[in-house]
Amino acid sequence: MKIPYFPGCTLKTTAKNFEISAIASAKKIGIDFIELDRWNCCGVVSSLTSDDLMKHLAPVRNFLRVQEMNKQGIVENENRMVTLCSMCYNTLSLSNKRMKENADDLQKVNDFMHREEENYKGDVDVVHFLSILDEYGFDKLAQKVTKPLKDLKVASYYGCTLLRPKSVGIDDTEDPKILENFVKALGADAIDWDAKSRCCGSYHTVNNVDIVYRLVQGIVDDAKKNGADAIITSCPLCAFNLDVRQSEIKDKNPDYQTLPIYYFTQLMGLALEIDKQDLGLEFNKIEPEKLLKKLNLLS
Amino acid sequence: MKTGIFLCECGGNISNTIDLENVKEHLNDEDEKVIVKIHGNMCSGAGQKLLIDEAKKHGLDKIVVSACSPHFHEKTFRGAMKKAGLNPYNLEIANLREHCSWIHKDIPKVATEKAKEIVDAAKAKAELDYALEEKMMKLGNEVLVIGGGIAGIQTSLDLADSGKNVTLIEKQPTLGGKMAILTKTFPTEDCAACIISPKMAAVIDHPNITLHTNTEIQDIAGHRLHFEAKVIKHPRYIKDSINMDQCLICNKCREVCPVSQPNYWEQGIMNREAIYIPAPHAIPYKYLIDAETCLHFVDGSCNKCAEVCPQNVIDFGQKAEELNIAVDAVVVATGFDIFDAKRKPVFGYGKYENVVTSLEMERIVDHIVEKDPPRKVGKRVAFVQCVGSRDKQIGNEYCSRVCCMYSIKLASLLKQAKPEIDIYIFYTDIRAFGKGYEEYYKRSQEMGIKFIRGKPSHFTEVKETKQVILTVEDTLSRDIIETEFDLVVLANGLELSKSSDIVADSLKLAKSDDGFFKEAHPKYKPVDTLVEGVFLSGTAQGPKDIPDTVAQASAAAARVMATLAQKEFALDPVLAFVNSDICDGCEKCLDNCPPKAISMNNEGKAEINEALCLGCGSCITSCPLEAIDLNYYTNKQIYAEIEASLHLKKENEKRILVFADNNTTYRLIDACGVRKMKYTNYARVLRVPSVSRISPNLIEFAFAKGADAVFLGDSPAKGSHFEWANKTTQNNIKTVLNKFKKLKIDSDRLIFSQFTAADLMKFINEINQVAEKIDKLKSIPEDIKKQLFPKEK
Amino acid sequence: MAIKVKFKDKNDDFYKKIVELSGEQVALCDQCGTCSGGCPFIEEMDINPSEIMRKVMLGQKEVMDSRTMWICASCFTCTVRCPRELDVSKVSEALRQVKLRTAIDEISIADISKEEAKKLPTIAVVGNFRKFTG
Repeated sequence: MKIPYFPGCTLKTTAKNFEISAIASAKKIGIDFIELDRWNCCGVVSSLTSDDLMKHLAPVRNFLRVQEMNKQGIVENENRMVTLCSMCYNTLSLSNKRMKENADDLQKVNDFMHREEENYKGDVDVVHFLSILDEYGFDKLAQKVTKPLKDLKVASYYGCTLLRPKSVGIDDTEDPKILENFVKALGADAIDWDAKSRCCGSYHTVNNVDIVYRLVQGIVDDAKKNGADAIITSCPLCAFNLDVRQSEIKDKNPDYQTLPIYYFTQLMGLALEIDKQDLGLEFNKIEPEKLLKKLNLLS
Repeated sequence: MKTGIFLCECGGNISNTIDLENVKEHLNDEDEKVIVKIHGNMCSGAGQKLLIDEAKKHGLDKIVVSACSPHFHEKTFRGAMKKAGLNPYNLEIANLREHCSWIHKDIPKVATEKAKEIVDAAKAKAELDYALEEKMMKLGNEVLVIGGGIAGIQTSLDLADSGKNVTLIEKQPTLGGKMAILTKTFPTEDCAACIISPKMAAVIDHPNITLHTNTEIQDIAGHRLHFEAKVIKHPRYIKDSINMDQCLICNKCREVCPVSQPNYWEQGIMNREAIYIPAPHAIPYKYLIDAETCLHFVDGSCNKCAEVCPQNVIDFGQKAEELNIAVDAVVVATGFDIFDAKRKPVFGYGKYENVVTSLEMERIVDHIVEKDPPRKVGKRVAFVQCVGSRDKQIGNEYCSRVCCMYSIKLASLLKQAKPEIDIYIFYTDIRAFGKGYEEYYKRSQEMGIKFIRGKPSHFTEVKETKQVILTVEDTLSRDIIETEFDLVVLANGLELSKSSDIVADSLKLAKSDDGFFKEAHPKYKPVDTLVEGVFLSGTAQGPKDIPDTVAQASAAAARVMATLAQKEFALDPVLAFVNSDICDGCEKCLDNCPPKAISMNNEGKAEINEALCLGCGSCITSCPLEAIDLNYYTNKQIYAEIEASLHLKKENEKRILVFADNNTTYRLIDACGVRKMKYTNYARVLRVPSVSRISPNLIEFAFAKGADAVFLGDSPAKGSHFEWANKTTQNNIKTVLNKFKKLKIDSDRLIFSQFTAADLMKFINEINQVAEKIDKLKSIPEDIKKQLFPKEK
Repeated sequence: MAIKVKFKDKNDDFYKKIVELSGEQVALCDQCGTCSGGCPFIEEMDINPSEIMRKVMLGQKEVMDSRTMWICASCFTCTVRCPRELDVSKVSEALRQVKLRTAIDEISIADISKEEAKKLPTIAVVGNFRKFTG
């Protein structure tokens, strides 16, 4: 299956490990990510005011690329555009929803983009890779696993943008199961915990890092309390806060017990036995290999 | 045949606009088959006398009264017809006031021409009228009450006391419903079981009540004071007879039963065996076996109860019994279910063991004074209000009305039993509206129960102690409270019971936005439904407390009594009939009759059950041979009406033929007239029971005869009189539009719109838009018209 | 010390402006406190989210001086729980925009150390500037 793929800025820089592990893992189960030939930043956070239509231009421009890919035959009747980054997923989905539900706004946005060859028709669907996996079937994924992640106790961290607001959430906002089902498919143990969708502090990491320290510590403590060995995420900003900021907590407080943070695709790659270099573990801040080696999941 | 036409001036309301002399001249013919009279006020005694006298004098057969809407004086003139010795269905009303003179005040000439066509149409239809007899239907004494909670019990007892024969159906193995689970009642704190038990006993003792517990409704057919219910009585697996071999309730069976299951009447805080008596106050007080958990049924491994039974009454082979019950009225007392708190996962119900529902708490409190209660409550207890009520996120925006008071009651009882427990009630608003409720609320505050105004956002559990942490803003101090509680009691809201759905579907009962059954009118018909002969009792209509439930239950009983006291009722003869010479038994009509009034007789021909037919006419279009027709609105009559409505059309004129359903659209157009709201003079309005009666042939005929547009107006699909009819209409329209496409006729010429009684402006706007559209269109060419309707009628 | 509130026409102007910008009917707020109780940032806020809703409804412009709107990170926890389905995140955004559109930014690039800038992922910086600059 070939599917148009929107990487977003961070996956080319600090979250390289997310992208390479995802592409290699997807390939292993027969899904080819075809990167949009030209793409632009989605804007990261969705504009929430009613009069800020201009801020929706950037997301919509990417949808035009998907339209073109279908026209040029690069993909066949594939109106979906897959994302990995949860924040991109959220921002793109909210813009798309507004365009789909409001013909006037769509018209105005198209007018603004008069230099584009075509108008956006409003029929692209933004999907997160996890939803693609859900559709593929976690039973089927489990069958493809060659190295079950036995005894690895994983806390699935959804954060905000995969689930909220309800209109774009990929699962039940308060009782999501998709990451847990994914974890189980890989042969690992999915722990139940309270902080799975509690905000990590997001962009406050730039100028109000104390908020992030408090929230990250709360999240990691809850994972530890519930017996987790590691936390997985699908958001490069959550990953940065949980990984880098957690290691800074440790720097200040040497007794602090850290938990390694992985992108969900890194564990997927591990279970599907993709090339080790495609796991990109060297980009993870908190030592990622020790735990995996202890459980004989990595040599 | 002689037809009398009476033109009413309506004290100038008609004659000031319309030149009635001119109309009269138009109507007069040479061979004197028609008598035309003008009168100032036809509805007056003098006007009626004129009708009667002229009828007798000239030997008139058919009467046309040209006056106001039939909804005002059809009954009056039918009465006069009877006095004149004529059949009242040989009458037609030409509605000149609402449909012509009042709306076209400023164009009297046009109005006069239009009036001629309106009267001509009525005359054409009248000439084809025939005598119809109103059959009198006997009303019996049989009433079905569905649901054996306090509402159903009260309704049944009132009805039985008044001499009605009541069949009471309860799906549980005992009477009592939710009330039988409650500990005490607010605000008096008297014991629920003590109040309801005597009533339950009275039911079983009453000679006029037949009680079926463990019984479910499968289907109910019929309406209009004639219903047939199919019910299934589940087996108890205990032989039941009046002979000596009956169960002596020696309990030996229960003592040997190895199964332990949560007991519903204890809300799972205590267990029961697979062979059990539901509750200490169960009525009937009888054993039954729960086949879902009994090992004999699960895997055949156990036979112990049968082995020890000294009376040999255990019968594993007992089968479900199907019963058919014919009744004259139905009372729906199907009650409520509490909101399933699992739909609000932030509260952790089902996940955290110390989060309980209000009904569970009823049982916990009921046992709290025991030496070793089955469930302890700890030292700090929270009550959380509005769980599943006033919450758009889960789809229930309504207030459940009883939760504030039952929480106060449970908290008060707990505090009285265990004063050392700290109790907090988290609320958004306290609604203590009933008699003595506010005082009860105040007493609970005096006891030291603390009320905190704030709705918890989410709960978490302390792993080690299983305590529950509430995070909540005290909105009055703006402090955030984050505290452990030993027990959290949810104030579950009320929803219509799921088991009501089968009743709703089979009786076609409408529901209101809150999901409960909709009453016929919220103010003056609060226990009637839109289905004649079906009444609502208790919480099936909406959340209510016990006093309100009992009051409404008695009201429902009273409405049944008043209805059945008529002893008989006249059946409107406007019903479908089958011309059995033409019917070839294809059965296509059967699917197009939701009231199930059509069946096939011994000769393989369709037959109409007159007690069931509602006269909507939907069946007509499903008959390929036109073998089904409708009294008073026959095909022949409507063809004649259409032709007469268009026959004066001149070349430059336009016509919109409006078919309006009698219940809503026709009345709505009347209302436009009453308010003198102007709209296009192209409109010619014809009354039908439902526009589904207008077959594609009739629409095509209208165009062939010169209509520029056809406008079909009906009630909305949801909750209306003939809610199935719109589907038929849509199919009819599709058929015509397909033909339009082939013949390149503009589809804008055919409009189907749905109206509620208040949609006056909607109608005016839409009909004017149609007029504007056809003004821009060229007339349909003659050859195309011929292709559209090739047969000449 | 209690504040005396006097309603004037312009109180309603502020309320109407926020309603228009946010698209949320602030007057529908039932003051149940669900938003405040569940807010992960409540410890850093000087005024609770529910109180923000209240003050906006009363047209109290002083609400603009509060830190709360800057602390709200649009995590939408309140949005998915509000029993009236009000989106408090949108009200926060509207309040931020009212301030930012007066050309007063909450952050400048100079506030970020070079070392941090190197470390921070793009989305953190872009997200931050989208919320804190006009």
